[in-house]
Amino acid sequence: MGHILVKDVRKEYVERRGARRRMNSDPDLRSGNHLPVLDGIDLEFANGELVCILGPSGCGKTTLARVIAGFDRPTSGTVLIDGEKVKGPSSEHIFVFQHSGLFPWMTVWENVRLGARHMKEKEEMAAKVQEHLDVVNLTGYEHLYPHQLSGGMQRRAELARALVADPEVLFMDEPFAGLDFLTRLKMREEIINMHELIQKTIVFITHDIDEALVMGDRVVVFTERPAKVRLDLKLEFPHPRDFHSYDELERLRRDVYTELGVHYAL
Amino acid sequence: MACRNAELVSLKICQAPMNYTRLRPYLLPVLSFAAVVAVWGIARRLSGWSPTVFPGPLDAAVGMWELIRDGSLLKHSVASLFRVTAGYYLAVAIGTPLGIVLGWWKTGQLLTNGLIQFLRPISPLAWIPLAMLWFGIGDKPAIFLIFLSSFFPLLVSTIYSVNHIRTVYFQVAANFNFTPFETITRVIFPAILPDILPALRISLGIAWLVVVAAEMIAVKSGLGYLILDSRNALRMDYVMDAMIAIGVIGICLDRVIVQLNRIKSVAWGRT
Repeated sequence: MGHILVKDVRKEYVERRGARRRMNSDPDLRSGNHLPVLDGIDLEFANGELVCILGPSGCGKTTLARVIAGFDRPTSGTVLIDGEKVKGPSSEHIFVFQHSGLFPWMTVWENVRLGARHMKEKEEMAAKVQEHLDVVNLTGYEHLYPHQLSGGMQRRAELARALVADPEVLFMDEPFAGLDFLTRLKMREEIINMHELIQKTIVFITHDIDEALVMGDRVVVFTERPAKVRLDLKLEFPHPRDFHSYDELERLRRDVYTELGVHYAL
Repeated sequence: MACRNAELVSLKICQAPMNYTRLRPYLLPVLSFAAVVAVWGIARRLSGWSPTVFPGPLDAAVGMWELIRDGSLLKHSVASLFRVTAGYYLAVAIGTPLGIVLGWWKTGQLLTNGLIQFLRPISPLAWIPLAMLWFGIGDKPAIFLIFLSSFFPLLVSTIYSVNHIRTVYFQVAANFNFTPFETITRVIFPAILPDILPALRISLGIAWLVVVAAEMIAVKSGLGYLILDSRNALRMDYVMDAMIAIGVIGICLDRVIVQLNRIKSVAWGRT
């Protein structure tokens, strides 16, 4: 199961460093600047949906994902996963980080094994680790260290580590950042195929409009900070998607570009 | 003629220069040592001073042979090595875990940082009177001083490296339900290792600096004592021999620590 309910979530960061401290300054100055990041987010994701969260950079996409995954607490509001309140990070919701979250002092094998560390049977665990390395095409690279791999291979290794843990929800925070164009296209395809195979809820954060429209079952578009939900689209086009084959998709694409303040799709 | 073209070397067109390339890391240091010895010999000759005041390389070599033959060089070196090893290991064994704890536990860090910065600049040599009063004569005060000298650099650099571990690693640890113990052994410790190695190297050097001073005061053995004793006997060649022995042991110990860099799980820190 991987049903997510986000109810009126607000998040404020307090910027204390810039605030001057004087005896008689007003209370707001004394406590620092409040920086609202999320401004009342209400969302519901069904089990098994591939949700793409889109928005201008710095708008609070990552903050929302971190709140849902339990890394940050919301200032107000609640997040429920399968009806249970999120209290903190857990191996039921694994986060794939924007910059590599692989441990550089462990080999690919040791990193992926972290996802299967709850398993008691050694052989069963090894089989499972190997199976997931095969899925992401890293067979033969098990005993290399992350810094010996290319950027795309590192992402795939991190993906394998997340999948081995068999989480209810998978968070991906711009996992393709820093990859070259072709690798990026390939990784999109791999994620889509993988999602069809495992049918888990995936929250995928990106600032690439085409990427979101090509991949998502659901596309949520955020406003500038403080973030509100601007568009919430359900896409029921089959994969692989092509903007030329679906006029409706092309129209949506133009809408999203316009919503985000660019009046033509480049 | 030197063959700088890597392709030619790999095609084995330049056999002899390839040998040179392989030996280069050993030849060049020897060359610099030879140059220093030559300058030393020339300076001795030009100075016109008696060998008692300014012994030349040859005098030092003869003295060295005497010290080796009667076993006193070995005895003093072992004594110094023992003290350095004991004091240094003690500093590593206490400084690194304490640094990890303080790096992780912010309250403790705020609590102790001022104290550490207060104690750190006090030279270990300033502790000599107290050390002798508390620990008497013998190995103990020397070990205490060596401990003090390497403890603070190790502690401060461990705290610093723990503070600078990427937060993502802690989030990953939380994501995979690491226990606090696992976070220390499987995240913090391996994450700081590449940073800690230079600190280990530097503090071992400092430990050697201090052992000589400590041995001049509280004990009757060790290379520091050999220097002091030889000075009293006006044997400047022995003084120089003790200095050479300290340098040679220093090189060897440094090599040992550099080898740690070759551990595979540490290699990521260099990229």
